[in-house]
Amino acid sequence: MQSFTTLTAPACPLGLANVDTDQLIPARFMKRSRAQGYGGFLLHDLRFDEDGRPRRAIPLDEPRHAGARILIARRNFGTGSSREAAVYALWDYGITCVIAPSFGDIFASNAVKNGLLPAQVSEADAETLLGLLADGGSLTVNLEALSITVTGTNTTEHHGQRFTFVIDPVRRLQLLNGWDDIDLTLRHTAEIADYRANRATSQPWTFPEPGMPSQAWNIRGAKGRLRP
Amino acid sequence: MNAAPRTLFDKLWDEHVITVREDGETLLWVDRHFVHEGSHHAFRKLDERGAAVAEPGLTFGVADHYVPTRGRPVIADPEVAGMVERLSGNAARHGFRLFGLDDPAQGIVHVVGPEQGLTLPGLLIVCGDSHTSTHGAFGAYAFGIGASEVAHVLMTQTLWQRKPKRMRISVSGRLGPHVSAKDLALHVIASIGTNGAQGHALEYAGTAISALSMEGRLTLCNMSIEAGARCAMVAPDETTFAWLAGRPHAPSGAALAEARARWLALAGDPDAEFDRDILIDGNAVAPTVTWGTSPEDALPITGSVPDPEAMPADAARRAYVAGALDYMGLAPGMPLEEVAIDRIFIGSCTNARLEDLRAAAAVLRGRKALVPGLVSPGSSLVKRQAEVEGLDRIFIAAGLTWADSGCSMCVGMNGDLVASGERCASTTNRNFRGRQGLGARTHLMSPAMVAAAAVTGRLTDVRDLPPLEG
Repeated sequence: MQSFTTLTAPACPLGLANVDTDQLIPARFMKRSRAQGYGGFLLHDLRFDEDGRPRRAIPLDEPRHAGARILIARRNFGTGSSREAAVYALWDYGITCVIAPSFGDIFASNAVKNGLLPAQVSEADAETLLGLLADGGSLTVNLEALSITVTGTNTTEHHGQRFTFVIDPVRRLQLLNGWDDIDLTLRHTAEIADYRANRATSQPWTFPEPGMPSQAWNIRGAKGRLRP
Repeated sequence: MNAAPRTLFDKLWDEHVITVREDGETLLWVDRHFVHEGSHHAFRKLDERGAAVAEPGLTFGVADHYVPTRGRPVIADPEVAGMVERLSGNAARHGFRLFGLDDPAQGIVHVVGPEQGLTLPGLLIVCGDSHTSTHGAFGAYAFGIGASEVAHVLMTQTLWQRKPKRMRISVSGRLGPHVSAKDLALHVIASIGTNGAQGHALEYAGTAISALSMEGRLTLCNMSIEAGARCAMVAPDETTFAWLAGRPHAPSGAALAEARARWLALAGDPDAEFDRDILIDGNAVAPTVTWGTSPEDALPITGSVPDPEAMPADAARRAYVAGALDYMGLAPGMPLEEVAIDRIFIGSCTNARLEDLRAAAAVLRGRKALVPGLVSPGSSLVKRQAEVEGLDRIFIAAGLTWADSGCSMCVGMNGDLVASGERCASTTNRNFRGRQGLGARTHLMSPAMVAAAAVTGRLTDVRDLPPLEG
C-alpha cells in the first residue's frame, strides 16, 4: 500500500459534523468497478442536484479550494456504513488526509489500509483550522512529527502556526512504512495452523462444516508470488 | 492465563489471540466470515494475488444488499444481476456455502446467521457490513470490517486488531408496555451521541437487558454501531440457549453440553473493571423517534422538534440543527406527533425478525394504513413463518405491500427507494441524508411505532393506539 510521510497541499474546510459514509459515497454508485474511478462520486448528493448539475453548496467545489488534497471537518467524520468505497471516493478525488476531532472506527481503519491519513485534532484546533483556511490556503501535515503547519493563507500572519494531531501509533507506523497487512500475516502461518488445530480439537462446534478442509496451504502457496 | 478478573469482552478477546506483536497489534482467529454481493472489491483483491479462500468451511455467502424484493427470481437490473452472479461464482469456485437468491433460507445476513445457528456464543464473527455488531447479542465478538480486511480474512482467516477499551451500559428496571429494544437503542444513542462509544467494545447488562428477548438483544446490538461501538454484546444466558436449541448449525447432544459449560463461563467476572460505565433507567425510556439526519437526533414521541434559536451558546450545534431541520422539512418547536408522513417501511437487519413483524401486525390488525408502505421480512424463513401465522394478510389488508427479503429500503441499493422530499417512518437504523434515496426524509422508530404512524398518517404514540380485538 501507499506510504505517507509528509504532505504539503491545499486544504479545504468542510465545516460539517457527522459526515457519514453514505454521504461520502451514496450507495447507488457502489456497483461500479473501482477501475472506473470513484472520485466523481465523492459527496455527490451534496455537490450535485438530481439532474447532476453542480449545487456549489460546499467549499470543495469553490475555485479558492481547487486542488485540495486535505479536508478539515467537524466531529465524527466517516461514521456509519463500513463501505471502503468512501475511502476510494476520497482517494480517487485526490484527498489523502482528513483532519477532524473524531472519526468512525471502521472508516479510520479503512483509510489507513489505503494510505489515507485520518489526523485527529482537538475540537478547538479543528475550529481554528476551519477558520484559518476559510478563504483557501495550504497546510503541511507531517506524520513523523505528528504536526500540522499552516504554510499558505491569504494573510501571512498565521504562516508557520503549528498544531498537533494524534493517531494510533501502530497505524502511524503502517502509514509511514506502507506496510501491507497480508505480507505481515504470512510470517505467522505456523502459529495460525497451530491455533486452528487446537480450536478444532477443544471446541469442535466452532467448525460447523467439519467435512470442509482448510485451504490454508494456499496461503503459503501465495507467498511465493508476493513481493520480497 | 489471567488472574485478574475479566469482562465478557476480555474473555472473548483472549480466546481468539493467535499472536501479539511487540507494538500490541494482535492477530485474532475468525470463526465465522459472512460475505455478500457487495464484497466484490475484496474478491478482486484475492484474485489479484491468485489466492484461495483459506477456510471455505468458515465462510458463508448471503445475497442480501442488492437483491430485488419483488418479481423474483427475475433481477431486472443487469448490474445487480451481475453482482449476484459474481457472488455465486465466487462461492462455487472457492467452495463456500451460499444462501443465494434461490435458497429457502436466503435473507439479510444478520438475520440468517443467528437463524441458522451459525452465530454462537464465544465466536469471533466478521462481515463487510457495519451492522455485524448485531451478532454480539449471543455473547460473540462481532464487528464490521472494510474491503481490505475482508480480503485479509478470506486469505488468512485472521485479522490484526488493537484491543479496544471496555464500556458497559447497565439498564436498570424494565422497559414499559409498547417500549421496545429499538426505543432503548435510540434513547442510548441520543444520550451518549453517535461517537459516544467510539473505540470501545460495548457490553449491555442489567435487569432490562436480561428481560429482553433474543430479537430485542439483536436489535440493541445492531444499533450500537450508531453509537460508535464497532462491537456490542450481551452475556449468554438461558434466553440465548433456548433460542439456539435445534438450529441447523448449532451443536447438539454431547457437544451442546460441553459448549454450554463454555458459554456460561463467558460471563464477566464479578469484579471485572470497565473503562467506562454508564447507567440508564429502563423505566424512563419512552417510545422514541428521530427528527434529524443522525441517529443521535432522537426524542420521546411526546416531545417537540428542537429549536436552533434556543441554543445560542453553541454556534456549531445551532448550524447543525438548522441544517438538519432544513433537510427534513420540519419547523422548530413543532410537536413530533404533528409530523405527517408519506410512507412507511418495515424491514432491515434492525427490525425485521418475527417478533418485529408480530408487533407491527398487532397494531395494524383490523386497521387501514393511510399511507403506502413496504414490509420486507428479515429472511425468507421469517417470511414463511409470518405467512403461517397470517401476518402477511394483516399487512396486505391494511394496504401495505408484502415483499421478499433483503436489505431493501434501508439502504436503497436494490431500487426500493423513498422519493425525494418524501417522509418515511422506518424501522431501519440510519436516518442519514439520502440513505433511503436522494432527498429522502427518514424517521427511525420501532416496528409498533411505524405501524401506528401508518394508521394515523403522522408520527404517533403507539401507547394511544391499543390493539383492536379479533
